[in-house]
This record gives sequence, C-alpha cells and structure tokens, in this order.
Amino acid sequence: MLTVSGVSMTFFPGTVNARPALRDVSLHLDPGEFVTVIGSNGAGKSTLLNVVAGTYRPDAGTVTVDGRDVTRLSDHQRARYIGRVFQNPAAGTAPHMSIEENLAMALERGRRRGLRLGVTHAKRERFRRELLALEQGLENRLGDWVGLLSGGQRQALSLLMATFSEPKILLLDEHTAALDPQRAALVTRLTGEIVDRFGLTTLMVTHNMDQALRLGNRLIMMHEGRIVLDLDAEAKSKMTVKGLLAEFEKVKGAELDDSLLQ
Amino acid sequence: MMIAVELGLIYAVMALGVYLTFRILDFADLTVDGSFTTGAAIAAVGITNGLPPALATSLAILGGMGAGLITGLLHTRGRINGLLAGILTQIGLYSINLRIMGGANVPLLRERTLITPLRENGFIGTWASAGIFLALALVVLALIVWFLHTDLGLAMRATGDNPDMIRSFGVNTDHQKVLGLSLSNGLVGLCGALIAQFQGFADIGMGIGLIVAGLASVIIGQAVLGRSRIVIAASAVVLGSVMYRVVIQLALEGGLNPNDMKLVSATLVVLALVLPQWKGFARMGGFMRRRISALTDTAVVEKEEV
Repeated sequence: MLTVSGVSMTFFPGTVNARPALRDVSLHLDPGEFVTVIGSNGAGKSTLLNVVAGTYRPDAGTVTVDGRDVTRLSDHQRARYIGRVFQNPAAGTAPHMSIEENLAMALERGRRRGLRLGVTHAKRERFRRELLALEQGLENRLGDWVGLLSGGQRQALSLLMATFSEPKILLLDEHTAALDPQRAALVTRLTGEIVDRFGLTTLMVTHNMDQALRLGNRLIMMHEGRIVLDLDAEAKSKMTVKGLLAEFEKVKGAELDDSLLQ
Repeated sequence: MMIAVELGLIYAVMALGVYLTFRILDFADLTVDGSFTTGAAIAAVGITNGLPPALATSLAILGGMGAGLITGLLHTRGRINGLLAGILTQIGLYSINLRIMGGANVPLLRERTLITPLRENGFIGTWASAGIFLALALVVLALIVWFLHTDLGLAMRATGDNPDMIRSFGVNTDHQKVLGLSLSNGLVGLCGALIAQFQGFADIGMGIGLIVAGLASVIIGQAVLGRSRIVIAASAVVLGSVMYRVVIQLALEGGLNPNDMKLVSATLVVLALVLPQWKGFARMGGFMRRRISALTDTAVVEKEEV
C-alpha cells in the first residue's frame, strides 16, 4: 500500500549546518498494516512522515502509494490518499468554523469543491453518528466553533476528520504528545478503534514506548536517519518497554564504539 | 442625510468585497483603491460609447476581477508579500485607468445610466431609492453568505483560518486566494461602476483611500454586531458601511472641512481598531454581542483583533 524506497534527505545541504535526516530509508507497508515508529530526537521519524505526506521532497528515492508514484506531488495533491493528524491539536481543525463545517470540509477530501451547500441535513445526521462514537458529547454541539473545544476534544475531532473519508494511508505525528495523560489515553484508545474500524494502513510516530507497543501490529526504531530495528507482529507482541530500552542502548553503544575506533 | 444612507448602501458592495479578503482570507488587499476606479472607468467609457449601462456595468465587474487576479498571481506565483502585491497592482492600475478614460475625468451628464430611471422619477434622496439600494446590497449580501456556506466557500474560509489544515484535505490554498481576491475586486469594480453612475462622472482620484472606508465599514459594523456567524459578520459590514457614511455626513454638516475627510476616515479606523482593546470598551461591546447572540442562540467567540 505504501512503499518508501531509497529515500535520503539532508537539511541545509552544502553548508556547515548540513544535517542528514534520512539515509537511504526503505520501508514497505501492506494494506491494513499499522506501524509505530520510535526513536530519539533527530532520528528522522518526523522527516519520514513529512516525506510521505509531501511536506518535504526527498533528495533521492521514491514514495509510492497504492502503486502510484507520488514523489513529485505536493502535499495538497497527495491529500486524496493520505490522512494526517498533527502533534498540535490546533493544527488539524479550523478554529473559527463550526464542528459540522470542519467535518464537511474533511468529507470532501481530495475532491473538486463546487457550489453545493457544504453542510446538508443528511450530512449532519452522519456527523452526529460519527461524533457519538467519540463519546465527547460533540454530537450536540455541531454548530459550535471548534476553537471552543478542549485540546483533547480537538484532537479526537482531528482524528475523526483525518479518517472517516477513508484515506489509503493514515499518518499520525506524535498526535497524543501535547495532551495530558488522561486525554492522551483517550485519544490512544480512539486511534486503535478507528484504525481497526476502517482497516487503515497507518504510520504512527510516537515518543511513548508503551503506546508504541500497545498500538499497531509492527514496530520500527529509527536512529540517525536509518531504520535500525523492525519488529513484526509476533516479535512486537513479545517485546517490552525494557527490551526496547535495551535495543536503544545497543544502537547507541554501537555508535560509541564506532567513534572510539576512529 | 438620505443621500448618505444611499451612498452607504452602494459602498456596502465594496465593503463586502473588502470583508472577503480582510476577514475571510485574512489578507489586507490594497488593490481596492485601483480596482474601484477601474470599474468606474470601464462603466463610464462603456456608457459614453453607447453600450447599454447594464452591459457596461458587467464589464466593470470583469475589470475588477482582472485586477484581483493580478494581485493574486503576484502574491501566490510571484511570492510577493500580500500588502506589496496589492500596492503594486494599485499603482499600475493608475496608469491603466488613465488609458481607459483617455483623461483624468469622464462626465456622464446627459447619458442614460442605471441610475437615470431613479433620477427621472425623483427617487434619489428619498426612501424609495434607499429601498432599491438596500435591495441591491441585500442581494449581494445573500450571495456572499450563500457562497461562504458552499463546499468551495468553506475551503476559502479555512484558507484564511488554518491553511495547513485545509491543504491536508487536498485544497490548493493558492487557488483559493486568487479566487477570493478576484471575487472581492469584482465587487469593488461593480461598486465603482455604480458610484460613477450615481455621481455622474468617473474620476481618476475617486478610489484614493477607499480601502480605509472599506476597512472602517467592516470593523465598525462588526464592533457593533460581532461576527460569531457568517450571516451576522457579513450583515454587520452592510450596517458598518451605512454608519460610516452617516458619520462622515454628520461631520461635514458639523462644519468640518471636506479636505479633512481622509484624516477623519483614518482616525475612525484607528479608533475602531484600538478602542475594543480597552477593557471598559470590551465590556460594553461584549454586552452588545451577548444581546445579539441571545437573539440568534449561538456561542459568542471573537477572533483576535488585527
């Protein structure tokens, strides 16, 4: 469903600040696969997500979605295939528009927008049903501005907006990191439910190892712009947070050894 | 005073255009000063050359849209700062407007215009013509409110509210800006055409400082009515335009020198922008808006002031 092959990307190339963010990364996701991505700061996790989303264009390599090469498409052109939830709860919704208007815009993902009324009676009924599943009481607040909602509610809404038009790929960029633990747990639970329900092929970046183990059916660890660990569903189910930390140490240790050798 | 109300209602068409860019797209578009005169020039020259007034007025709308298109392309394709893109178009239009008119002034005396029937029936300056101009303003208002609730209109609103978000749903925000600027300046061109016919001439200087009048209408109107919903926000613009013209008229009747009017306009806008930031005033405004929102049963939320 999603294939990243031989992708490299360097920030500020040709300057003293040149920083390679991705080094020849290749990754393939089968339909319905839910991959969690962990790694320390600067490992290249978010860059990988941005390259898939089209925010960044890689220096080398290709991105293919459902057999279609999208490497040269800009982010809004790829949006037809790719749903996205950002870390900042404010990023995924329009604050001065109502809940139903936000949902109506999301429903038209990637389609040509014309002069038909955005919110119709039929759509409103559907929105009510979808919002009911979020258990946030939003189904009775369809006309309220989204800016009035709490961070957790906004992120739950963003998640619904990114997914209910059933994109081919779902990208989650540390989407619970800015929430308090209780809200984060709620959004994590909703994420699992929604991805299951729509069978979405998902790539999720997180800092939270516990979350990375609980969600999804595959786990990759990145370090210094490379994928250094790739656990399938079985290996992942046996893995623990302690085990992951040990893996981290191993990677870092190897790096230290390298530098000692030089 | 009736004349001031009539003018306010005609200028409301322009103010609604300014509302589209300034509030919806969050774009301060200075093209307005030029595209207004462009509309007036096209209509005046068209009418003096024997075109039916309605056709000449329609051409004026297209002229205004063209001006907005240029500003939009300068900003999106040329990556020029929005304010500067508007100023560049405005300055360029000055020469173009002179070319269209063939001089600094085109009189429309003795020509049949859209306003002639009103004048012949003695409606000008009475409730009858105010009613007709009110109907015109309400038609434009209704069209804008409807548009802003369509799929396309929602995308345009989101472009001004959260561009990253709407891009992630597949909307090209550059296209939305170009479209919004074109529509806005089309309305401004229409307004220019109507004003030229109303006052009986087009003049190269008639657009100078007009953006300030437009902003004043948007800000004054919305300071009174608020903008919790599109219907209210857009209606407020029409109200603001009438209030602005009436205030100017009162100032003139109070003995102010007409030459000082631009300074008065600028001061009005500054006051309308600064006063709501003061606490006492904010409480007063909040009271007004709560009354309004109690009537319409919606939540009261305010965008950060500019």
